[in-house]
Amino acid sequence: MRGILAIFRRELGSYFVSPIAYVVTGFFLFLTGYYFTSLLTSVIEYSMRAQMQAMQMGGPPSIDAPALVIRNFSGFATTILLFLVPMLTMGVYAEERKRGTMEMLMTSPITELQIVLGKFFASLTMFVAMLAPTILYHLIVSQYSEPALPWKILWVGYLGVLLLGASLLALGSFISSLTENQIVAAIVTFVIFLMLWLIDFGGRGAGTTMAEIMKYLSLLQHNESFAQGVIDTSSIIFYLSVVSLGLFLTLRNLDSMRWRRA
Amino acid sequence: MIEVEHLVKSYGQARAVNDISFKVEKGEILGFLGPNGAGKTTTMRILTGYLPATGGTARIAGFDVFEQSMEVRKRIGYLPETPPLYPDMTVSAYLTFVAQIKGVPVAEIPNRVAEAMKLATVAERKDELIKRLSRGYKQRVGIAQAIVHNPDVIILDEPTVGLDPNQIKEVRGLIKSLAGQHTIILSTHILPEVEVTCDRVVIINKGRIAAVDTTQNLTTQLKGGERVRLQANGSAEGLRSSIASIEGVRSVEVKSGADGLVTADIESGADLRAQIAARVVSGGFDLLELRAVTLTLEDIFMQLTTEEKAEAKAEAKVEEEAEEEVEEKAEEAAAT
Repeated sequence: MRGILAIFRRELGSYFVSPIAYVVTGFFLFLTGYYFTSLLTSVIEYSMRAQMQAMQMGGPPSIDAPALVIRNFSGFATTILLFLVPMLTMGVYAEERKRGTMEMLMTSPITELQIVLGKFFASLTMFVAMLAPTILYHLIVSQYSEPALPWKILWVGYLGVLLLGASLLALGSFISSLTENQIVAAIVTFVIFLMLWLIDFGGRGAGTTMAEIMKYLSLLQHNESFAQGVIDTSSIIFYLSVVSLGLFLTLRNLDSMRWRRA
Repeated sequence: MIEVEHLVKSYGQARAVNDISFKVEKGEILGFLGPNGAGKTTTMRILTGYLPATGGTARIAGFDVFEQSMEVRKRIGYLPETPPLYPDMTVSAYLTFVAQIKGVPVAEIPNRVAEAMKLATVAERKDELIKRLSRGYKQRVGIAQAIVHNPDVIILDEPTVGLDPNQIKEVRGLIKSLAGQHTIILSTHILPEVEVTCDRVVIINKGRIAAVDTTQNLTTQLKGGERVRLQANGSAEGLRSSIASIEGVRSVEVKSGADGLVTADIESGADLRAQIAARVVSGGFDLLELRAVTLTLEDIFMQLTTEEKAEAKAEAKVEEEAEEEVEEKAEEAAAT
């Protein structure tokens, strides 16, 4: 536990002294902020039109504007994560290998598992720090929202984003452990994320078994139920499996580096 | 403290380390000497548990480096060829981190860090970022990292490479001061370093051990006889014949330089400096310089590793001796 904590603290510290983390967080907040305002404008317009229609036809307005905002927003946030997470994970192991500090870690009395877990939880904490300010957007809106903001949907939506982020971080870290070059790590991670995103399109509509499998494998697909406020156990298990797979592969790779090293 | 038996490491067909055995007693400084690519780093990496060996065994403090890696890792401090530093950390934060992962009890960490910084003389810049330090400082932070958990065994891979002469002196002094309490293995391809710092030497070439002995023994054993070099003014042939006629002189090599000076290298069974001086002066030559030449590890090293090229060796030796003179002078200058 002490080993994990030591790695965790150093790793987290390194995020906050590197410009990359600030650039990534800045971009993320700028893009989500911009999207949120334009989303709000269009949803307001849309709901006003719906209200007018409802008045003409009679009966109550039929759309739930706050839920619509939350759903669209988490859909957008998850999409940009595909682009930004590779930049957070690219250096996690690649830099360590390049600087030669990996040699020190591997000859210290800590296990590979402690290294992997320490680094993973550090990147997850960094991720939460990046995501947390976006809750402010919803808090501000909740002051003026009519009907009231559906808090449950909001939190479930964030749970989905967190799980997706954890999966991406675990996979990205694994790819970073394969190379000494963080640019290569970033590019490969990005391409793989893109593929995991595109699989989603291939799986849409078609009813074949293949399409079903592809749909199941799509990382984003599993996030849709969360965005609608539904806690889907199978999706939670899916994300946790992806996280475990990523960490396991990293662990095996660190272990095998000992044997392959020339 | 360290026992290595029949250690082998192969990469495919190539054998980087081929049947190496040696022992290091507690408190000793062992020099690991060899040309680049001789297998020094590989051997050290096996000892630290970074690489598994292909065959043979290695034990540190009684623990097998492979079977009981964790026990071994607690007891060693290791400085790889490039110091393993995090450029964005301050010196003290970095050493605190290393102390944590080396398993130093929390309460002792501040003391251990302060102690390591004091020993490695980096204390006055403890709050500076590592990336702003000079090469020599970084190297010393690397050494501080290797001693922060007060390990029984310290393994240093080329600790003085890339440092300037003053820094080299400091680092050597530091290493010597650590001996006694710690057992130290250091690798180098710089021979004077071994002569200055180490108690014993393992000379390694192409993955095999060429010689293991104390530094002094190696020098005397391979020295053979006395060597004298003199410089005089006069005819080369006359000087040669008058020296060759002294009883006990085995060989004389004479060379005349462009400036009219004659240099003679004399090998003899006993110390004949007095007789040689008398003969040269009485022969009418101006004696300008006379000194005993001690065989350095460099010569021994050449003898051990390049037997097949006798001619090339002779030439290289002359060049090396010239280099040595420069080095010796530099060292003398530094000492005064």
